[in-house]
Amino acid sequence: METEIISALGEFISSEILNQPGREISETENLISSGLIDSLSLVDIALFVEEQFQVIIDDTELNADTFDTLAELESIIRSRLS
Amino acid sequence: MSSVFPARLWLHTQNNPENTAVHFLESNADDLAVSYQELYLRAADFAEELHRSGIKPGEVVILIINYRLDLIYAFWGAILHGAIPSILPFLTEKLNPERYLADLTTLLSVTRPSAIVTYGDFRPIVKKAVKENSSVRSVLYLEEITRGEKQLKNDYPGFHRSAEEVVLLQHSSGTTGLQKGVALSHQAVFNQLEALSEAIRIDESSDVIVSWLPLYHDMGLIAGFILPILSGIPLVLISPFDWVRAPYRLLQAVSQYRGTLSWLPNFAYNFCAIKIRDRHLEGLDLSSWRAVINCSEPVRWESHQAFQEKFAAYGLRQTALQTSYAMAENTFGVTQSDLDREPSTQCVDQDTFLEKGLIKPAEQDKPSLVMMSSGKTLVNTSIRVQDAKGNILPDDSVGEIALKSNCMLKEYYNRPDATQKSFQDGWFLTGDYGYLSRGEIYVTGRKKDLIIVGGKNIYPGDLEELLYELPGVHPGRAVVFGLYNEKLGTEDVVVIAETDLEDSQDHQALADLIRSHITQNSPISLRHVKITKAGWILKTSSGKTSRSANKEKYLSELASH
Repeated sequence: METEIISALGEFISSEILNQPGREISETENLISSGLIDSLSLVDIALFVEEQFQVIIDDTELNADTFDTLAELESIIRSRLS
Repeated sequence: MSSVFPARLWLHTQNNPENTAVHFLESNADDLAVSYQELYLRAADFAEELHRSGIKPGEVVILIINYRLDLIYAFWGAILHGAIPSILPFLTEKLNPERYLADLTTLLSVTRPSAIVTYGDFRPIVKKAVKENSSVRSVLYLEEITRGEKQLKNDYPGFHRSAEEVVLLQHSSGTTGLQKGVALSHQAVFNQLEALSEAIRIDESSDVIVSWLPLYHDMGLIAGFILPILSGIPLVLISPFDWVRAPYRLLQAVSQYRGTLSWLPNFAYNFCAIKIRDRHLEGLDLSSWRAVINCSEPVRWESHQAFQEKFAAYGLRQTALQTSYAMAENTFGVTQSDLDREPSTQCVDQDTFLEKGLIKPAEQDKPSLVMMSSGKTLVNTSIRVQDAKGNILPDDSVGEIALKSNCMLKEYYNRPDATQKSFQDGWFLTGDYGYLSRGEIYVTGRKKDLIIVGGKNIYPGDLEELLYELPGVHPGRAVVFGLYNEKLGTEDVVVIAETDLEDSQDHQALADLIRSHITQNSPISLRHVKITKAGWILKTSSGKTSRSANKEKYLSELASH
């Protein structure tokens, strides 16, 4: 389950946000603080997560403190799934 | 009417001290309603502090403050003192502090302000920017402003300014480097407000303006800040930082406060239409929203359609979506569509437009484009469309838009060279291309290779210079252009860089480096980065890189995949 969530997120970000489908994203790679993703794409990630995993992400969570890496995002999703 | 800003603010404060000037909204906090009296008194704190610091009327005060009420108080405080406020973007976490510092240092050397008002966290940057021999004599930190009980009074130095003197500077948004400060007089701003108010039929007794726009941009500063406050209209202000994460806040605010007017850049229509969940719209009533005005990047009919489709079910009026053509150099608005009906559209023949710069109706089975009008000129503004030699063009011919009005900039502050270059026989050359048809203006593009991303003006040459700073990218071997993204309603920025590196891992590392470097050193992020072998980028016979030819090549590659 863990890796499934991470690979789904990674694929979404590389293909839909970076327009670079083959791009591997490691689970500890910084996404927001590194400048890979900007604030205009944050809502897209939240919408994808909500649709894909049926959990709710609050807009106040959309920042580098709460999810800067796939691992952090995955743990938010998992905590809400259980 | 009163002749200078402080007098007009005083008028509202004296007549209706308890009326709400600003509803200040923040996520995770209760909405705050600030009355005119409160606004005036807190502004007076800043006016007195500037006086104590030895700042004189007529001197420039730079404001670098994040989204908080103090920004509003500091702005009006500078006005009461008779100083010239200029709001600059603050350093966000995405930006590289070194780059910000370099840009700020350059700006200080040109604008030569006497004071900076900022917040404590910003101390290290300001200390570095304000060097020996700097024009800045005083840096005021919000945390150190003396605030106290005081009486309302109207004898601040700002009341003695003259209407023709400069009241504020708007720094036009640029990619990097030297920004030009647009200097506006009290009278110019009043003339704009009067003409704009007529065009949008401002009603002080019923209008409510709702805005999430930053105040360092003309649309946010004039339409989303000064217009309501000096007209006695309540302003509902949302943080841009909150809006981009929760665009529904705009619609909830409109519903809750019975908002009547908003201004948005084109991409925001798509952003709201695509990114708002239905659960955030439950019970909303948007029927009070009489005009949502599309402005500051090319206006798209498709974006209006998407917005209308999404929100019609919540009471959005059929005629609510409107357009305007505006620029800081004309204070703000140049044209405005007729609020009684939907903006005019024309379906035109694509080839005639692209090849000849002429407009003729589309023919069946031939490629066509939908053009949306930005409306008629405001009553105080004249417009003409001209060719490169300055000849006036007839209707339906694309050329450069030039304008004349009584609300133009006084000058680019301390930049007589730039001021002189922008005018020709008394007409201001906008650098925008467009055509006139039946008395309305249709804006079609830019003279320079400007890319407009979500209302931010980006010069590709500036981004290319940033790329050449990176190891692995060589001068002349990268190209930057904009690509319209229909889904987003704005342009994507594309980078193509040639490299001698062979390994695909190295290509990915270079692409990452390029992305983060651009994010941290410019206002935008990249949507497409292509790393390629030498020889991909097309050059002209004289060795210049043609952005449009490379864009065509990139598009044809995308299409063939």
